[in-house]
Amino acid sequence: MESAPAKVLSVTKLTKRYRDTLAVDGISFDVGRNEIVGLLGPNGAGKTTTINMILGVLEPTSGSIQIQGLDLGKYRSRALQHTNFAAVYAPLPGNLTVRENLRIFGLIYGVPKLDERMEYLIREFELERFRDTKCGVLSSGEQTRASLAKAMLNSPDLLLLDEPTASLDPAIAREVRAKIREFASRGDVGVLWTSHNMYEVQEVCHRVLFLSRGNILLEGDPKTLPGEHGKESLEDLFITVAREPLELSRI
Amino acid sequence: MQIGRSGAIFLRQLYLLRGSPARVVPLFGWVAIDIVLWGFITRYLNSVSRSGFNFVPAILGAVLLWDFFSRVMQGVTTAFFEDVWSRNFLNIFATPLSIWEYLLGLVFSSIFTSSFGLVVMLVLATAVFGLSFIGYGLMLIPFLLILFAFGIALGIVASALVLRLGPAAEWFVWPIPALISPFAGVFYPLSTLPAWMQAVAHVLPPAYVFESMRSIVAGHPGSPSGLAAGACLVVVYIAAACRVFASVYRRAVRTGLIARYSAESIN
Repeated sequence: MESAPAKVLSVTKLTKRYRDTLAVDGISFDVGRNEIVGLLGPNGAGKTTTINMILGVLEPTSGSIQIQGLDLGKYRSRALQHTNFAAVYAPLPGNLTVRENLRIFGLIYGVPKLDERMEYLIREFELERFRDTKCGVLSSGEQTRASLAKAMLNSPDLLLLDEPTASLDPAIAREVRAKIREFASRGDVGVLWTSHNMYEVQEVCHRVLFLSRGNILLEGDPKTLPGEHGKESLEDLFITVAREPLELSRI
Repeated sequence: MQIGRSGAIFLRQLYLLRGSPARVVPLFGWVAIDIVLWGFITRYLNSVSRSGFNFVPAILGAVLLWDFFSRVMQGVTTAFFEDVWSRNFLNIFATPLSIWEYLLGLVFSSIFTSSFGLVVMLVLATAVFGLSFIGYGLMLIPFLLILFAFGIALGIVASALVLRLGPAAEWFVWPIPALISPFAGVFYPLSTLPAWMQAVAHVLPPAYVFESMRSIVAGHPGSPSGLAAGACLVVVYIAAACRVFASVYRRAVRTGLIARYSAESIN
């Protein structure tokens, strides 16, 4: 039997160029099992571009992406079988109910015992009341929970979350964070998480990567990284990365 | 290729149709109106014509077959538009689903929706206006298959067009059957057309179907060789359509259009 690779995601010298604009500039990083990695950076830093490349919806100009040891460029379908994602800008189709959406995506991912899995996730994300409600009429929080239920349908080895708690009130955001942490701690899953909420990142992530102008500027433990760079908090460090990335790159 | 994934795309269409009169009524509404309108026109033509020529199989039969082709094409494009309208590209294409599985799902959806329209048209045309397909004999099968396959090919190309140019390009898609019909000789023999239009007609598979249909209605045998040519052409069209869609999709993945489709970039 083949043993699972130690890293669920390995990104090597990943580059994306749009004509004269270099959106991602040869970045390399890994995500390990049971690890939650935060991908941070100001708007336009290349976070979503990086996530889109890992999701297979954007072709890199160069570099490679390996998911569970499978090269995404060569084995797209097999590699994506091991991933799933939730993003604030990609809600589930609003003209289908929660259950219909889960069934359709469950079939696409080939989820075994789909009915059981759907019911489990509906309970897990407290969507019982909304199972036959069209996603378009759900509140932001309920839509996020439905998207997260979809993201966990296939028990992915790599979970990509692009600002999963944006537009949620603090109480629901906390619940959602707790669910994701619980999910990540249960299996061998690795999570790549982007957020602009530094409190959240510090609470959830084991490691963070600061991205600026398509480059990884800093990497480390979100609890100790600010102190290592003479900053009081992760938010101060974020602001410095956003405003004065050159100053940091000299450190 | 996993059929289950294509089945998911088809199931999505069934879910959307279920409980949505706005989606169900167009499956049969327009074609029913067409059959009723042309049914009365052909009855009127029969009553004023002294030639004894029966316009029902020639005109109403042609309308029915052409509407079937249009519904097949729209069956593919409408299933594709559901992803455009619900801004679902990122969700759907960030999965293990391959474009071939996706296209097959659109074809499954089209088979279902176009069959629905075909049954309604057949019931109306035969029960109300006495159209009989017995005269067509077994030739009806290649007629339907060629028109079905050409509808699928055009539906895939039309979807590629919208994927390439953005959601607003939807308006290019609806008139496509109307643009083709003068060349396909739906209502008149190809010999009626000027030479350049005849040249275009000869590369359109439906032209062979309608020529053959008119030949049968006139009491002559159909044209198996013409239909064979139409069948060969339609295979080429399907292969070309899949290639076009794959190429547009690959470009959309290269440029990032899939991920930000609503931005409507044509660069």
